[in-house]
Amino acid sequence: MGAFHSNPAEQTYRDLAEKTGFSVEQIWILHNRFKQLSHDEEMLRRDDFKAIPDLACNPIRSQIIEAFFDQRNFQTNSDGTAHEIGFEEFLTVMSYFRPPSLNMTQEEKEDLRRAKLRFLFNMHDTDNDGTITLEEYRHVVEELLSRSGAIGQETAKGITDAAMLEVASTSVGHMGPDDVYEGITFEHFLKVCHPFPAVKGKLQLILTAFVHTLFPHYRPRLYIGYTGVHWA
Amino acid sequence: MTSRAMTLAGLFLLLLTPGTGGSQVPGTDGAGDHGGPHGLDGHGANATNKAFPVLSFDYKHVQMPFEISLWVLLASLMKLGFHLIPRLSSIVPESCLLIVVGLLVGGLIRVVGEDPPILGSQLFFLCLLPPIILDAGYFLPIRPFTENVGTILMFAVVGTLWNAFFVGGLLYGVCQLEGTHLGRVDLMACLLFGSIISAVDPVAVLAVFEEIHINELLHILVFGESLLNDAVTVVLYHLFEEFAAAGGVTIKDVFLGIVCFLVVALGGILVGAIYGVLAAFTSRFTSHTRVIEPLFVFLYSYMAYLSAEVFHLSGIMALIACGAVMRPYVEANISHKSHTTIKYFLKMWSSVSETLIFIFLGVSTVAGQHHWNWTFVICTVILCLVARVLGVVGLTFMINKFRIVKLTTKDQFIIAYGGLRGAIAFSLGYLLDKVHFPMRDMFLTAIITVIFFTVFVQGMTIRPLVDLLAVKKKQETKRSINEEIHTQFLDHLLTGIEDICGHYGHHHWKDKLNRFNKKYVKKCLIAGERSKEPQLIAFYHKMEMKQAIELVESGGGVKIPSAMPSTVSMQNIQPKKPTERALPQLSKSREEEIRKILRTNLQKTRQRLRSYNRHTLVADPYEDGWNDMFLKRRRVMELGKKISELNNYLTVPAPAPDSPTMARARLASEFQPLYIKPKSDSIPTIQVDLASPQSPDSVNMVDEFNKPSKPTEAEEEEGLMMKAPSSSADQKERKRDKEDGVEQQRLARCLSDPGPSAEDDEDEPFLP
Repeated sequence: MGAFHSNPAEQTYRDLAEKTGFSVEQIWILHNRFKQLSHDEEMLRRDDFKAIPDLACNPIRSQIIEAFFDQRNFQTNSDGTAHEIGFEEFLTVMSYFRPPSLNMTQEEKEDLRRAKLRFLFNMHDTDNDGTITLEEYRHVVEELLSRSGAIGQETAKGITDAAMLEVASTSVGHMGPDDVYEGITFEHFLKVCHPFPAVKGKLQLILTAFVHTLFPHYRPRLYIGYTGVHWA
Repeated sequence: MTSRAMTLAGLFLLLLTPGTGGSQVPGTDGAGDHGGPHGLDGHGANATNKAFPVLSFDYKHVQMPFEISLWVLLASLMKLGFHLIPRLSSIVPESCLLIVVGLLVGGLIRVVGEDPPILGSQLFFLCLLPPIILDAGYFLPIRPFTENVGTILMFAVVGTLWNAFFVGGLLYGVCQLEGTHLGRVDLMACLLFGSIISAVDPVAVLAVFEEIHINELLHILVFGESLLNDAVTVVLYHLFEEFAAAGGVTIKDVFLGIVCFLVVALGGILVGAIYGVLAAFTSRFTSHTRVIEPLFVFLYSYMAYLSAEVFHLSGIMALIACGAVMRPYVEANISHKSHTTIKYFLKMWSSVSETLIFIFLGVSTVAGQHHWNWTFVICTVILCLVARVLGVVGLTFMINKFRIVKLTTKDQFIIAYGGLRGAIAFSLGYLLDKVHFPMRDMFLTAIITVIFFTVFVQGMTIRPLVDLLAVKKKQETKRSINEEIHTQFLDHLLTGIEDICGHYGHHHWKDKLNRFNKKYVKKCLIAGERSKEPQLIAFYHKMEMKQAIELVESGGGVKIPSAMPSTVSMQNIQPKKPTERALPQLSKSREEEIRKILRTNLQKTRQRLRSYNRHTLVADPYEDGWNDMFLKRRRVMELGKKISELNNYLTVPAPAPDSPTMARARLASEFQPLYIKPKSDSIPTIQVDLASPQSPDSVNMVDEFNKPSKPTEAEEEEGLMMKAPSSSADQKERKRDKEDGVEQQRLARCLSDPGPSAEDDEDEPFLP
């Protein structure tokens, strides 16, 4: 591991590594990215996210940005939204996207998976009442179709209705004519998401940032490959 | 059935033998019946007046097509026969049975004294192989393929290279041993043999794997490998052939070989992609000539294959690329019937091809001259197995570091065991020049032995092994709208997170490609409005269409779009609106009665297999006979009459003529399944909601209500519908309901079913 001098920064990194499950090197890379996005300030704001050029064409951009400021995702048992976030919160949100490490037990993997699905659920459940109602789901579909103009509006309704019906049918099974299905709770959400092979494997990102492309002047070059840390 | 078919075939074949004698009927010039009058004229001068030939026998001029047809007929009858024998098809894979039949037929021909035909490379590569590959390429499941493309390429390229060199090298070592009398076989020839025998064969893999229904991942891995290793095989084959003829190998040649590989693979894909784009572009203009649409698909693909073969590029990869590239655009452009035609023709041709290939393999075994050398053959078989196992294990070890979903030991075993060899190896061996390769017969014998071993032993035992090891089977779930929504959402989410990280990963590039596709490519290649339709909407329409047709077929019963019958309905989902007026309450018993009647007509959603299994062509709702629909309609009418006693009515909005897309969008927004809404007076309201294609024949249903005296007529015209005799008291309420119906967005449509005859002019292109 060579040239890292022991300094307070490294200690913080180690603490963060313990907390979020990233490796120290990955945290270092993400911190650099954080500093780049926030223009070297301590806190990151929504405008900083909106300034990312590639994110502009993403149809669910606003929901992604909101997810970073949603206090439910900070694992601090608090609610509401923050105006600005620090690096620790940024890292916490990013930690939902790391793959399960090889030395995790089955239970830890289950917990991680549950946490990821909870993150996804929180993205849909904007009013934080614990259920995804028809309106919220419709909002999701509308966002997905937001690039298709007028057709999107009408069809979104139909698609949402059909989707909700499906979830209700699979999770609840039998309902009388007077019962009202309030919305998708987290348990139903788990049930619905469970058989999808796409969802199971998908919610992870393998961080392989080539640092020297971001910071060409930095020496020595450090990059994290798939198999660990290497010095170049 | 088989024995009868065999005797029939045998009889036909016996008829063939005197056929070579040609026509020996007196009085003709050898031109058959048509020659009769001339014959008479010509021989007019002769003393003897020959009789007018009423019946003559001239086989020669139809011999070629006759024999081809006979072979195809035989193959089809065999296929038929196997499935009539109940237990046989579950124990023995079809490929084995067909080879056995081929052996028998070959033996029969030999006994008769004729020379049995050999599976010629020309016939094989130009006629029999392309349909199978096109079928595979056109229906290739793109998403799992692209997700695993790295793994597939590793197996295809590195795995095949490893196999070739391992087998070839060790065989050379074996040949050099003193006791084997194989000293003549030099290194190049061994390596060439290794390269021929090392490639996993798509035909054999398809034939066996389709019957065992393993999970999608393993299927796409082995199958994808068998398709993509063609490039490697082609290059190695030509390379070693050249080297063997030339003699020496230099470093420059090795380097050129690598370059050649890249050219062959990428060139093949490029050729295929060009033809695919051409086909997509052509299909944009076919709205007036629907009938020949399938022809364009087939012709362009075949041209891609042949063009690639001209330059010795990989024809298989060209074909796959062509099919995969053209499919999304062509399917958006062509009519629903053309889509069905393409699917069925491809399945039919590939099925026949596969059958013929295996039969011919059997025949060729009997026909060929063999040179059996115990050492060589046994060593080949053993080395092939060992090479395969070692290759798979080693590669998986390396690949698992990069994969999110790792490959387990069970997966590795199936991948290794599924490496079947087939007719491609045989044909390549057959192509060898006898002059340069005097040991060609020995090679052919060894190749055939390996093929027999893999197809018979591995093919027959893989199914019990899969069961024994409890390998995950294919999940028979229908792709649901929720899954589609989530998949798309996740794609965008992961792309967004990648952008935030500043890391250009897999999702970033995929997203860029999709955007490029949407912005430029779709506009060029898809006609009209459909180019703008986003994927989610297209998927939803497709799902809707299927459900609508299922609804008709289920006899008008309750149709809820879920896998399980449940009593959840739309009203449970919709939030209670304050504007809901007081509705007539239905007595509980009556409601129960109605529900019971409707539920007895409920049919479960058919489980759809998500693959292109050739043997059990998926029962597509599009395909079911219209005749069945007429019968069901009659049943529905009876049901309707029964229910009409309970005073039901239907609220329908006025259909408005507009573009297909808007019609579809409207359908989408109004599509709601059947439900029962309690009413305040004893009128149970059953609103049947059926998505329907907007056709010019649909009648304005609102008007229909003002003519209550003709319910049956409207039913005849409009198909599924339940009419109610209206009473004056209901009229007002109904009118009010109609307006409210529009407001509450509980709209319904009738399924217009003008029947097959009326469909000739209406050929609305349905989205697939």
